[in-house]
Amino acid sequence: MVEIDHISKRFEHFTAVDDLSFTVAEGEVLGFLGPNGAGKSTTMKIITGFLAPSSGSVRIDGHDIATDPLAVKSLIGYLPEGAPSYPDMTTLEFLNFIADVRGFAGEEKAHRIQHVLQEVALEEVCHQTIDTLSKGFKRRVGLAQAIIHDPKVLILDEPTDGLDPNQKHHVRELIKNLSRDKIVIISTHILEEVSAVCTRAIIIAEGRMVADGTPRELETRSRYHHAVEIQLTDAFDLQQALKDMSEISTVEQHPDNALQYTLIPRDGEAIFRLVAEKAQSGHWPIAEFHPARGQLEDYFRTITQSADTSVTTARVTTTKARTATAAEREQA
Amino acid sequence: MGTTVFIFKRELANYFATPLAYIFIVIFLVMNGIFTFDMGGFYIRGQADLQPFFSFHPWLYLFMIPALAMGLWADERKSGTIELLLTLPIRLADAVIAKFLAAWVLSGIALLLTFPIWITVNYLGNPDNGVILAAYLGSWLMAGGFLAIGSGMSAITRNPVIAFILTVAVCFVFVATGSPIVLNVFSGWAPQILVDAIAALSFLTHFDAISKGVIDLRDILFYLIFILSWLLATAIIIELKKAN
Repeated sequence: MVEIDHISKRFEHFTAVDDLSFTVAEGEVLGFLGPNGAGKSTTMKIITGFLAPSSGSVRIDGHDIATDPLAVKSLIGYLPEGAPSYPDMTTLEFLNFIADVRGFAGEEKAHRIQHVLQEVALEEVCHQTIDTLSKGFKRRVGLAQAIIHDPKVLILDEPTDGLDPNQKHHVRELIKNLSRDKIVIISTHILEEVSAVCTRAIIIAEGRMVADGTPRELETRSRYHHAVEIQLTDAFDLQQALKDMSEISTVEQHPDNALQYTLIPRDGEAIFRLVAEKAQSGHWPIAEFHPARGQLEDYFRTITQSADTSVTTARVTTTKARTATAAEREQA
Repeated sequence: MGTTVFIFKRELANYFATPLAYIFIVIFLVMNGIFTFDMGGFYIRGQADLQPFFSFHPWLYLFMIPALAMGLWADERKSGTIELLLTLPIRLADAVIAKFLAAWVLSGIALLLTFPIWITVNYLGNPDNGVILAAYLGSWLMAGGFLAIGSGMSAITRNPVIAFILTVAVCFVFVATGSPIVLNVFSGWAPQILVDAIAALSFLTHFDAISKGVIDLRDILFYLIFILSWLLATAIIIELKKAN
């Protein structure tokens, strides 16, 4: 059990983490989301004991990191941002060093190194210096050192950053396999990753927690939850046809495709059947018609927009453009 | 304790994995040869001792030791491995000591490899080998003092070159305080006790005594306390500067 209790981290000019509290239980894979500079990495550095919080406490399995750092650190496997490792060592030397420091020796050490080399598919480069490895391999070396002692708590700061799609898939599978009786905390920018591997997601902005739930729950909070996407074959006045449907709040026309629309329900109501009936009775020229899934990305942007002004501006413009097209359509 | 050994081994092996150790040793030996035989007038003096060899060590260390120390912490910060190292189950103090010891042992190896000059002087005459042994010890302790300063300066910055320059500057202060250039400035007007205090902080003062064969516990303690103080400073600097 990881217990984060009201931690804050204040630097001279700004507050990176502001009164953050949550607990993570065994078996959970927690996705830690937030825009750049939201305090994700700082939080991870505090949990791993690299930085001391300005206030608040971190406990792992009952051990407080401030009073018993060595006990906590031996429970944690950590992949820091950018997967740093010693460039002049070979993969094998590096893993040997980590295993030594983690207190393994003899048969068990050899076995663990062998196992981890297989697990992250590093055998072919184990005699190469880390300096000469590609980005993907370097990241896997970082993962290997994080899991070599079979840690109870695994903390990964952007584990798939810079990997190709196959490697990403492989790392995700690895995380899923690892996570059965462990606690995994992943920070990431890639929202699809959260849906793919996480059982829970926390979104932070400006150092504060703004959302906490399963990825599905967060998706349902998106305004696209229960929306309906329609692709028409010919021009058709959808706005007019839907005028008397109070369940629909907005009709969005796709910016690049005038025949593609998204119908957004009021208050996240399920409108699929209603629209389907309407379409049938009104003989709409429909090519495609399907329910949209709530978008984590959309929810993420909505909830973090006060933290990131550039995102806010971008959204305001699109909304304006949408209003404009809606107005034009109405005129027509 | 166990972890100290592993970090020490890694650091020392790393000096040899990069060519730094070899370059350091070779240049150290060449410079020693030039200083001793050419500038020190080893033959011309016609005396069976290693005084010309050791008397240049403070000035040789002034430029060579910072090169050994500059990467100690600056490199860790630059590559981000400091985060990896300090989240392993180790104490910061152990890491600071282990890294220092690795560099100190390397400087000791370089010093030991000057043994041909000891053979030479024994071949040519009958030197007092006790004095020579004491001087070797003194030289190594002095190298430790330079390295400890370097460790602290390396913790200040993520740029090894800046660490190098800062180390040279600070080391120069501790060498020069014992030289007549600095002491003469004070000796005219300042009270003798101040002049003595300044001289007492100098590497030269303590090294001169040992290199003449006088092993005074106070000189040895000076270096050991000096080293420990700078290592403590290193740990404090790292703790304070971890966030950036």
